[in-house]
Amino acid sequence: MTATTVRPPVIEPGPEPDPSSHIPKRESRRKTEQPPRRKITWNLIKAQRALLVMAVPLVLYQILFKYVPAYGWAMAFQNFRPGRGSIWNQEWVGFYNFVNLFTGLNGERFARVVVNTLGQSILTLIVGTLGAIILALLLNEIKNLPFKRVLQNITYMPHFLSWVVVASLAAVALSLPSSGGFINQLLLDLHIVDEPVLFLTQPNYFWGIVAGTNLWKELGWNTILYLAAITAISPALYEAAEVDGAGRYRKMWSITLPGIMPTIVVLLIINSGWILSTNFELPYFLGNGVVAERAETIDVFVLRYGYQLGNYSLAVVAGIFKTVVAIILVGSANMAAKRLNQETLV
Amino acid sequence: MTTLTADSTTPRPDAPRRRRKRWTLEQTIFTTLNTSFLVLLAVVMLYPLLNTLAISFNDGSDAVRGGIGIWPRVFSLKNYDVVLHMGSIYQAFFMSVLKTVVVVATNLFFTSMLAYALSRSEFVFRKPITIIFVLTMYFDAGLIPNYLLIKDLGMLNTFQAYWVPVIISAFNLILLRTYIKSIPEEIIESARIDGAGEFRTWWQIVMPLCKPTLAVVGLFVAVGSWNSWLDTLLYNSGEQWLTTLQYELQKLLSSSMNAGLDSAQTGGAAAAAAGGGQVTTPVALRSAIVMVAAVPILFVYPFLQKHFVSGIMIGSVKG
Repeated sequence: MTATTVRPPVIEPGPEPDPSSHIPKRESRRKTEQPPRRKITWNLIKAQRALLVMAVPLVLYQILFKYVPAYGWAMAFQNFRPGRGSIWNQEWVGFYNFVNLFTGLNGERFARVVVNTLGQSILTLIVGTLGAIILALLLNEIKNLPFKRVLQNITYMPHFLSWVVVASLAAVALSLPSSGGFINQLLLDLHIVDEPVLFLTQPNYFWGIVAGTNLWKELGWNTILYLAAITAISPALYEAAEVDGAGRYRKMWSITLPGIMPTIVVLLIINSGWILSTNFELPYFLGNGVVAERAETIDVFVLRYGYQLGNYSLAVVAGIFKTVVAIILVGSANMAAKRLNQETLV
Repeated sequence: MTTLTADSTTPRPDAPRRRRKRWTLEQTIFTTLNTSFLVLLAVVMLYPLLNTLAISFNDGSDAVRGGIGIWPRVFSLKNYDVVLHMGSIYQAFFMSVLKTVVVVATNLFFTSMLAYALSRSEFVFRKPITIIFVLTMYFDAGLIPNYLLIKDLGMLNTFQAYWVPVIISAFNLILLRTYIKSIPEEIIESARIDGAGEFRTWWQIVMPLCKPTLAVVGLFVAVGSWNSWLDTLLYNSGEQWLTTLQYELQKLLSSSMNAGLDSAQTGGAAAAAAGGGQVTTPVALRSAIVMVAAVPILFVYPFLQKHFVSGIMIGSVKG
């Protein structure tokens, strides 16, 4: 009971002269209570020992599991052989692995891997963003609320399926009709193609397959923030546009779309920071040897070529490359979002 | 509402009425198109799962003929019979459930405790600790260094490798902290005055108030844990009893993707006889395992879906 009543700041109709000043007043009171800089004294730490007991072990835990593994980066400068024992008994080779990965035969392969990662991510990002915006606009036009809710729940559902399941579904959907490939069946029934298409053996289709499968899984989920942004648009704007004779499309184009533009821009910027970190499972499961030239991404390279074939050192170099680029991209994306004066989404 | 009386007497409202009529026609067309499109989209979202469900209940050798829609043509429980008699699937199901329960419990406990500490504005190390955690959303040492750490800690092929590395996620931490901050300070102050310490305030005052958000975070964590397979592959693939459902499914998927391309070209006719009168095929078997792996999520989903939109919204506002 109380859980529901305390959540919004309750404005009590009490003796206060102006009830609306209640919230800002409390905020400012809290601020004045806490001066921005406080000297950390032993007394203060002692007084807060309970909070410290809560936090410090978990901070140490986080450092151990998230930062300490960086000692493994030493492998990038070694010729790591698991047989030699721990990381301290290895042969040091300087920048040999970096040269090895970025030049020569490996260099060609790695360049292709980076291009694949970027291509799949960018295509996924563009298709996903456009799809989510269009779906949010269309859902917003549905005035029958129960129907709208059913549609939303159906489109959110694939987000909760695992990538393994989704990859299995995609593998079936894209196979031959005899293996249950209903996409081929549909294309044949509609006489769009005469022969079934072997989608998963055509390198040129692979990026599209990744983007399409991502779209299927995340389309509904990605509309949530856009739908929320749409509800924040003032109804007065729509009323004013109606008085001026604006139709449905005009209102969509001139009010709704500009209204969610800040959200679109922020999400695009933030997501572009993750461009090297996405796309692992689909290329891993669907990318067979025939389409490897278009399928292999950095993460797949690290797992297949590094972990499973024992080329640890090269895989660590590739991983370092990915992390460093990702940090640069995320950092600049956050800065760009701040420059645009938007709140940064975590 | 009152135009009925107005337009019969004065000519002025005529123009708006005509316009409104045209608008209504346009609206009808648009609504029809829009509704049909969205219904079609819903079908596209549901069809792959319903199709797999139908194939999983269909006789394997019959399924090879193709053309099964959303209803089995030759009904058979053979696929499930075979799947449920694979010892590994039972074990994997049990391990997936156990792992998910332990991960959700430990993750909610530790994340909410730290979120409470970080929500206290008087806490001196609030800022640096928050930064340490937020940075881990961006910094990743990489797959092999993480593997090496687990190995050096002696956690390879142990149950601990499933839950110990994931007791806190930075994103959920920020989400919960933001929510706890929104709890009126007066409630926490009154708990203090009544003599409650920090642990008691967190456990008995703040936690009950966070139930809706905890439900959302718990859902995200549970889905993430249930759906993960890489941890099994990297850390625990050496022990059969530690196998999980998603891992078994991905093994099946990988092998059929690698070996199945030739058989796909010859029509997938390589039907593996599995004893008894009826046969089952790799595709039919995989369909059954997909359903076993997906159904628990789809079963929990309706109960929690009303919460998660609010959860996303809390997470999107940086505190």
